[in-house]
Amino acid sequence: MENKNLLEVENLRVYFPVHRGTLIKKKVGEVKAVDDVSFKILKGETLGLVGESGSGKTTAGQAILQIEPPTAGKIIFEGKDITGLEKNERRKLRREMQMIFQDPFSSLNPRMKIGNIIEEPLIAHKLTNNRKENKERVEELLQMVGLMPSMAERFPHEFSGGQRQRIGIARALAVNPKLIICDEPVSALDVSIQAQVINLIEEIQEKLNLTYLFIAHDLAVVRHISDRIAVMYLGKLVEVASRIDLYRNPLHPYTKALLSAVPIPDPRLEATREHIVLKGEIPSPMFPPSGCRFHTRCPEAMPECSSRIPQLKEVDSHHFVSCHLFKD
Amino acid sequence: MAKLLEVKNLKTYFLTDDGLVRAVDGVSYDLEEGETLGLVGESGCGKSVSALSILRLIPYPPGKIVDGQVIFEGRDLLKIKEEEMRNIRGNHIAMIFQEPMTSLNPLLTVGRQVSEPLEIHQNMKKKAALQQAVKLLESVKIPEAELRAQAYPHHFSGGMRQRAMISMGMGCNPSLIIADEPTTALDVTVQAQLLELLKGLTKEHGMSLIIITHNLGVVARYANRVNVMYAGRIVEMGSSIDIYENPQHPYTIGLMASVPRMDQDVKQKLIPIEGQPPDLANLPEGCPFHPRCKYAVEKCLHETPVLEPVDKNHKKACWVDIKSGK
Ligand SMILES: Nc1ncnc2c1ncn2[C@@H]1O[C@H](COP(=O)(O)OP(=O)(O)OP(=O)(O)O)[C@@H](O)[C@H]1O
Ligand SMILES: Nc1ncnc2c1ncn2[C@@H]1O[C@H](COP(=O)(O)OP(=O)(O)OP(=O)(O)O)[C@@H](O)[C@H]1O
Ligand SMILES: [Mg+2]
Ligand SMILES: [Mg+2]
Repeated sequence: MENKNLLEVENLRVYFPVHRGTLIKKKVGEVKAVDDVSFKILKGETLGLVGESGSGKTTAGQAILQIEPPTAGKIIFEGKDITGLEKNERRKLRREMQMIFQDPFSSLNPRMKIGNIIEEPLIAHKLTNNRKENKERVEELLQMVGLMPSMAERFPHEFSGGQRQRIGIARALAVNPKLIICDEPVSALDVSIQAQVINLIEEIQEKLNLTYLFIAHDLAVVRHISDRIAVMYLGKLVEVASRIDLYRNPLHPYTKALLSAVPIPDPRLEATREHIVLKGEIPSPMFPPSGCRFHTRCPEAMPECSSRIPQLKEVDSHHFVSCHLFKD
Repeated sequence: MAKLLEVKNLKTYFLTDDGLVRAVDGVSYDLEEGETLGLVGESGCGKSVSALSILRLIPYPPGKIVDGQVIFEGRDLLKIKEEEMRNIRGNHIAMIFQEPMTSLNPLLTVGRQVSEPLEIHQNMKKKAALQQAVKLLESVKIPEAELRAQAYPHHFSGGMRQRAMISMGMGCNPSLIIADEPTTALDVTVQAQLLELLKGLTKEHGMSLIIITHNLGVVARYANRVNVMYAGRIVEMGSSIDIYENPQHPYTIGLMASVPRMDQDVKQKLIPIEGQPPDLANLPEGCPFHPRCKYAVEKCLHETPVLEPVDKNHKKACWVDIKSGK
């Protein structure tokens, strides 16, 4: 049987050591940026990953791409564990997975022409045979992201934020990847330009049958683009569900608070809508709370929440939650 | 209700290397007592400059308020002496910025920064002012306020710094708070905490609030009235209900259609506004929105529209009647 999962992440942990001292570095602790996280992404699907700043979204994405080596856990791509691969094989893998970054300004080399930026991966992976093929492919890619082929001769500073994000997308597409990790790809853009880029991301997915991990903190955007959504809090997954279920029937108290905190552009609705206002702020990941990491801010915390770590369990069909309110 | 603020034909220009930037170009609006006004528009359209102009905080050079009136509690703020203006800034109008670190002094304890204006503007003794500062920090829900007052800004998280800023502003019992993207840099749950706090405080003290943001949800929840800005001008103004349920300017209509909504079940395709945001140093002739406007007619290319009433308290600056398409 064919494996429908393009990507499986199993018990992923990424810990960063924290050092003190200048001459003699002493490890004084560690940041558990991603701590025992498991999820799957089906071929052709978009999994949204949301959570507050510092919850570990980017780190999880980087671990999948092996930019940040996992401390523990498995990353299975097309049925094959890709953690700890040889350098050569890792390079090959880079063709299968690409990343689009939040900041379209700093992710493009200012001294390189757009055409050279896009053809770089083509040359590195020997995907084209000669300069003519190179040029044709660059033109094709520019057109695919809604830019003009003549723009290949220009430099990044001649482009607006939205156009630079298109260039970043063209560069990611150059190697014909199967999976693209989009890390806050529209957060830096103006509202009116966000919609252009979101539509482009959706269109190329359909055209090229791409699979996305879409990281963002804007819940409305994530909900718009994703088939399923995973919610992170302080390095842990707290809930995974389809986009409709997550919004209609959020189960984890954190998800409920997060969703209720997002104001909807509808004044009549907002006049009557209740907001769950959480107390406090996200604790330091160096000293995460014991038990459930959310218990210090949870309006429904019970005594056991401070002592036992809840596990992610399926409480409804395809609806996973990690909370002691739900018994197996 | 009485008028608290009247801005009339305000113009603030910058002389830059790229040419003359008309950052605010003939902006007029009123604000009533106790009202919350939302100010929305794309990056660079003049939201911050229009707010800073009210407080005369425009750096000169390159910037200058070249025309207009800002009538606040009966006086034109653009005409009074700088000394009087300082009193207005300390005692009557408080401003909250997006990045609190730029307006907090890193070398002073938070308590000191909240108490100092009280000494200057309200002639309080040092000790009494510090005690009052602790009370203010408590009122913005900073836990263990007495202890926290002795800490420095860099010990505070982003959300706590913003609370400290709000408490500084509240110290003088202002009648107007201007909040410029106060929560943009913060997480959703912290954003909600702060906005609910601001809403509670303005209600409790009957203060007016101008909230600048690009988040249409925030405006829908917190503002009674909305000004939509584009390229240095107000292109539409009205009650929030007017603006959200019956937008009349093509730019406002475009904005509304381009944001995804959390409460829509079906996947609807977003309808973006085509083209690029305007370059204020190189505006086209006529209506500045016409290159991106799908309703534009010949007249839009040559003549700049002014705000005209479409309804009671609802105005737009557009030559085309969207409903009839004329
Ligand atoms: N290289 C690193 N060394 C040490 N700590 C790190 C490193 N990278 C990330 N961290 C820490 O790991 C945690 C998770 O960071 P990460 O960037 O993954 O969060 P995020 O969810 O992407 O947040 P944001 O929404 O702000 O982008 C944070 O506490 C961060 O400070
Ligand atoms: N100190 C300055 N020198 C030169 N130009 C300036 C200065 N401050 C503002 N401007 C220009 O004035 C215009 C309006 O800027 P403003 O900061 O008011 O925009 P904004 O609507 O607040 O945008 P944002 O949403 O990005 O905060 C911009 O085109 C900007 O480049
Ligand atoms: Mg991140
Ligand atoms: Mg601004």
